[in-house]
Amino acid sequence: MSIVSVDSISKSYWRDSQEIPVLSNISFEIPEGEFLALMGPSGSGKTTLLNLIAGIDKPTKGEISVAGTKISSLNESELAKWRARNIGFIFQFYNLMPVLTAFENVELPLLLTSLSKKERRERAEFALKIVGLGDRINHYPKQLSGGQEQRVAIARAIVTDPTLLVADEPTGDLDKISAEEILKLLDRLNTEFKKTIVMVTHDPRAAERAHRSRHLDKGELS
Amino acid sequence: MKVFKLIIKNTLRHRLRSILTILGISIAVMSFGFMRTIVTAWYAGVEASAANRMITRHAVSFIFPLPLSYRDQILKIPGVEEISYANWFGGVYKDPNDWNNFFPRLAIDPETFLDLYPEFILSAEDREAFLRERNACIIGQKLALQQNLHRGDIITVDGDIYPGRWDFVVRGIYKGRDKTVDETQMLFQWKYLDEQVKQTQPGREGNVGWYVLKVKSASDIPIVAKTVDDMFYNSNAGTKTETEKEFQQSFVSMSSAIITSVKMVSYVIIGIILLVLANTIVMAARERTREYAVLKTLGFSAVHIVGLIGGESMLIAVSGGLLGLAMTFPIARGFATIFPTFFPVFNVEPLTIVLAISSALVAGIVAALFPTMRTLRTRIVDGLRQIG
Repeated sequence: MSIVSVDSISKSYWRDSQEIPVLSNISFEIPEGEFLALMGPSGSGKTTLLNLIAGIDKPTKGEISVAGTKISSLNESELAKWRARNIGFIFQFYNLMPVLTAFENVELPLLLTSLSKKERRERAEFALKIVGLGDRINHYPKQLSGGQEQRVAIARAIVTDPTLLVADEPTGDLDKISAEEILKLLDRLNTEFKKTIVMVTHDPRAAERAHRSRHLDKGELS
Repeated sequence: MKVFKLIIKNTLRHRLRSILTILGISIAVMSFGFMRTIVTAWYAGVEASAANRMITRHAVSFIFPLPLSYRDQILKIPGVEEISYANWFGGVYKDPNDWNNFFPRLAIDPETFLDLYPEFILSAEDREAFLRERNACIIGQKLALQQNLHRGDIITVDGDIYPGRWDFVVRGIYKGRDKTVDETQMLFQWKYLDEQVKQTQPGREGNVGWYVLKVKSASDIPIVAKTVDDMFYNSNAGTKTETEKEFQQSFVSMSSAIITSVKMVSYVIIGIILLVLANTIVMAARERTREYAVLKTLGFSAVHIVGLIGGESMLIAVSGGLLGLAMTFPIARGFATIFPTFFPVFNVEPLTIVLAISSALVAGIVAALFPTMRTLRTRIVDGLRQIG
C-alpha cells in the first residue's frame, strides 16, 4: 500500500521574468514502511522534491497525496496542522533551538497537541531514550556534539509518531563515525518502529542503508 | 514548556542588547513622564479651580487695582452668594537671587477668603490667632517645611509693589485638602496692607487686586459675569469677570509656547522609544529567520509566530516602560525638592502613568509589525536557506 503518491508534478522557480524548471513531470509512489533514498548531484531537485512531499512547498503542477490526503490542495493553515500531525523533519544542520535544552527541543512539536504536561514529558523522554540521549535531556545544543545534536533532531522528528519521516542530507554535516550512528538509528526506526523514511543524500554509503534508491538528474527521476 | 518561556529565552538570548534596549526605553519613558508632569504642573492651578468661583479683575490688566467699593455692589447681584478679595503683594524675602525664596504672598480678607477656599484647611486655633493679630499671616505647610518656619516666627519682606519693610508673624499653617492645593502661599490680612499703605502712600488705600465671587450655581456664571462687567463698564476701573478656571488659564496661556515645546518634545520621545525598540526587534527577527522557518515546518502557525515576535517586543517594551515609570517618581520628587518654588504642585498624575505605559505598549506593538509581517511572508524554504 502506498503512503506517498506523487503524480505528474513539476516545479519551477521564477527569477524576474525567467522561469527556471527544477522538477519536470515526476511520478512515483512510496509504499508504507519503505526507506527510500533520493540521490542526485547538487541542483538536481532532490531537496525540492522532499520539500514538496513534506508539504513545505507547493508544486507548480501535479498532485501529491500522503496517507490519503491531497496536500497540494491544502491552504497554509491546513498544511501547518497537517505537517504537525504527519511529518517528522530531519535537517542537514539539525536546526535545533539554541535557547532550548534537548528535552525542550524535543517537546516543541508536542506543544501543538492536546497532550498534558506529564504526557509530553513522558513522550519527549522516551524519544530521547530511543536515540540514546536519555542522559542528556538538560543539555543545550551547544553542549552537544554534531552527532548528538542530530540525534536530538531525530528525537524531535519522531516524538509525535508521524506518518512519514523526511531527512534532508542527515549525515551531510557529520564525521564518518557520527554519520554511521545516525544511519544506524534511521535504519532502526525503519525496521523496529516501522517508520516510512524518505532521505535525500548524495552519499552512496548512506543510500546503501535504504531499501531503494531513486536518482534525480536535471529535474527528472530515474 | 510553554511558548511564553520561549519568548523569555529569546529575549535573554542577547542579554546586553536587551538590557540596553530596556534601559533606553526606560529613560525615554521617564523623560516622557517627567515632561508630562511638567505640563500637568503648569495646569495645576487650572485643574484645582472650583466650578462655582469667579474672578473679577480690572478690564485692562490684573496689575491695575479695583476699588473696594465694588464689593457691596457685586454682592447685590442675583446669583452671587459670597464675595472676597485679595491683592498680590510681591516683595522680596531674603536673597532675591535664590529662587527658593520666591513664594506667593497675598493680602486677603481673612473671614471671607477662607470661607470661599475650603480647600485651605486651617485649625480653629490657627484661624483665631490669624484673625486676632493685624500683622499675622498663615503659610502653607510645604512652605513651612522649605523655609523651616514655625508658628511665632517673623517673616520680613522688603516690599516692591508696596515699598517698605514688612514684618509678618506666622500664626497658622494650613494644609491642602488634597495634593492639587498649593501649599506654598503666604496669606496675610488685607487690612494690615491697607492701613500701612494709607500711612505711607496716601491715595493708594481702599483698592483690591481682584474679587473672588462664589455663585449659587454654575448656570449663573454667564449672567453674573455680564452683569458685573456691565455694571462697571463706564467707570474709571472697568472689570473683566470670568470663571476661576479661565482666570488661571490666562496665566498658563502666557507660557503657551514653552508648554507646546515641552509637549512636542514629549511626543518626539515616543518616536525615540519606537525606534530603539524597532531596531532591536528587527535585528532579532532577522537573526532568527531560519528558526522561525523551522517552527513553521514543525507546524507552528502564523499566530504562534506573531506571539513570539510580538511577545518579545511587548516584553521588552513593558519592562522598559515599568522601569521608566518607576524612575519617574523619584525624579519628579527630586525635582520638586530641589526646585520647590518652580511648581507649587508637582505630582505624577494618573493620566501621565497611563500615557507613559500606553506609549511603551504602542511602541511594542508597532515595533513588532514590520518584522512579524516580514517573517510571515518569508516562505519556509527560503527561511531554511537563511544563514546566520
